[in-house]
Amino acid sequence: MSDTHAQTVAYVRETMVEQKEPPLSQSGAYKWIHENMFSTPLNVILTVVSLFVIWTVLSHVLPWAVMGIWDADSLAQCREIRDQLYGADASVACWAVISERWNQLLFGFYPPELYWRPVLAFVLFLAAIAPVLFASVPRKMLWFSAAAPFVLYWLLWGGSLWGPIAVAAGFALGAVVMRFAAPALGALAGVLLAILVPLLYWFLISGPLAGALNAVIPLELVNVRSNDMGGFMLAMIIGVSGIALSLPLGIVLALGRQSDLFIINKCSVFFIEVIRGVPLIVWLFTASLLLNYFLPPGTNFDLMLRVIIMVTLFSSAYIAEVVRGGLAALPKGQYEAADALGLDYWKSMRLIILPQALKISIPGIVNTFIGLFKDTTLVVFIGLLDPIGLSNAIRASTDWNGIYWELFVFIGLCFFIFCFSMGRYSLFLEKKLRREHR
Amino acid sequence: MQQQATDTVDRSHMTVSDEVAIQITKMNKWYGNFHVLRDIDLTVHRGERIVIAGPSGSGKSTMIRCINRLEEHQAGQIVVDGTELGSDLKNIDKIRSEVGMVFQHFNLFPHLTILENCTLAPIWVRKVPKKEAEATAMHFLEKVKIPEQAHKYPGQLSGGQQQRVAIARSLCMKPRIMLFDEPTSALDPEMIKEVLDTMVSLAEEGMTMLCVTHEMGFAQAVANRVIFMDAGQIVEQNEPKAFFNNPQHERTKLFLSQILGH
Repeated sequence: MSDTHAQTVAYVRETMVEQKEPPLSQSGAYKWIHENMFSTPLNVILTVVSLFVIWTVLSHVLPWAVMGIWDADSLAQCREIRDQLYGADASVACWAVISERWNQLLFGFYPPELYWRPVLAFVLFLAAIAPVLFASVPRKMLWFSAAAPFVLYWLLWGGSLWGPIAVAAGFALGAVVMRFAAPALGALAGVLLAILVPLLYWFLISGPLAGALNAVIPLELVNVRSNDMGGFMLAMIIGVSGIALSLPLGIVLALGRQSDLFIINKCSVFFIEVIRGVPLIVWLFTASLLLNYFLPPGTNFDLMLRVIIMVTLFSSAYIAEVVRGGLAALPKGQYEAADALGLDYWKSMRLIILPQALKISIPGIVNTFIGLFKDTTLVVFIGLLDPIGLSNAIRASTDWNGIYWELFVFIGLCFFIFCFSMGRYSLFLEKKLRREHR
Repeated sequence: MQQQATDTVDRSHMTVSDEVAIQITKMNKWYGNFHVLRDIDLTVHRGERIVIAGPSGSGKSTMIRCINRLEEHQAGQIVVDGTELGSDLKNIDKIRSEVGMVFQHFNLFPHLTILENCTLAPIWVRKVPKKEAEATAMHFLEKVKIPEQAHKYPGQLSGGQQQRVAIARSLCMKPRIMLFDEPTSALDPEMIKEVLDTMVSLAEEGMTMLCVTHEMGFAQAVANRVIFMDAGQIVEQNEPKAFFNNPQHERTKLFLSQILGH
């Protein structure tokens, strides 16, 4: 009490109190266990009951999975091995179906001698998304990411390399037109021209050009039809294309819905509401059945491409709404500050508004992506052989007739790994972009 | 607070030229049916420092926000540096890059560092090379006395520091006119002084300033004209000395007695 002058009313502190460690019972594992598991009698009971439930489940599932049989050619053989090892009434998994049909589950009916192509494509794909996902990867790699879609298409479907190159040239053409026409003609005319010129090029020139180039220097791979692709490869192709294409489209739609320009605004709202208001399965049937009626007779529009377009449009409507939420969450002052500095609309969106709005929307965007990826299993209803479709085909064969759990557990686990990693990445990104309290 | 700045202000560079910086004629604005600004006439000469006071809802913020078109006026004419404000987007962007604005709530960009906040507009609007923009930004950050914060994010700074960064950010565009929209209203008393000091030093260099504020000490020390607004119109304007000592309009007298009464 010596330094507090307790007898007088006026008070002046002479020494400041130093920071001290909290008492031992208030930190560490002891505190955690006490607070979270045994703090009250009810809590003790709940802890015991929960442990019992977990033990019951694991004591049944773990032996089934761990004792599972990996080496057999059919379900019947699986059962024979089980009878020898554990007795007839033991319940064990027959994982052999996965090891025996492994290639089919991964690639569908892709020609086995060409398996190196999807494998290489997958490795290239990982290299291409690395710079997009992680800022620590050298920025120059982004050029590779931009080229990757065309290379991957060529690897997976085969044909002439000049086809994808001719298509890619269209984008370059658009960029060049934008670069030189926009300053001369004004922003709107520049954008319109940058869209129109590549479209004309794709419809009229790119096909013959690719053919001509291929005649001079043939760079061909064996063609593989979409019908032969299946399994997780199909789910990945549809899912990844849908994700990569729906994000930019969704952002454009969200900006359109916020726009003051009447027609753009109404078109965006109409598109979003119509696409969102109809089940995906209806759109998929539209893609597989109805689209043929509208296309000119004789055009053979790849079914997988149609599905990718529909999945993209579907999830872009959701992305648009998620991004709109992010745009609306930004304080008005951010828009005003960008305006007051003289930034035009596109610059203020690109540099100020979208980086912040997208950061807010990350959980919602990733949520939509996870939904999209799982929804790729719906293509089974229009006859594409995604993992679920293949599992049906496998179960229909005489060898594996009667097997259920193992295939679905495996497929579920694979989807879980993909979706869980997306969720983890979303958390990582949110943490990395957190600026408020560092 | 009111007297501290008065004695130390260096008025040697505060010269008002004949050149007209802003010319507002018969400007009117409505929000729906509500007539917010009524027949505003105002001529601002280069080098003038104008303080706009008035009760809340009198339209003072709206008026200065019309000058860089954050708000649209529906009738009348605004000419800034010889360019008329209309619906022409090129004119609007041109005027905005010449007119700096400081907001009540700072409105720094939270996802960018202090330095990036300051260099963004020069690089993207003025097309200044990055190195040069950074040098300019550091110069102005030194001027507002926070160069050491350049690589932090706005969320790590105090309110007063953020507002000084906001001023530096505007200055990096080398504006010819600065608009202040209640720059100290969201700040603690301790921080108000550091922001006002920055504004005083800006005035000492002869910047054309329009400032909506309730800091009457600042008005007395720095302004060469005080404008009092009520109900969307300019009720009275005068030199600060005459304005504070001898207000003419009843509404001005009432306002001053309220605000200076404590």
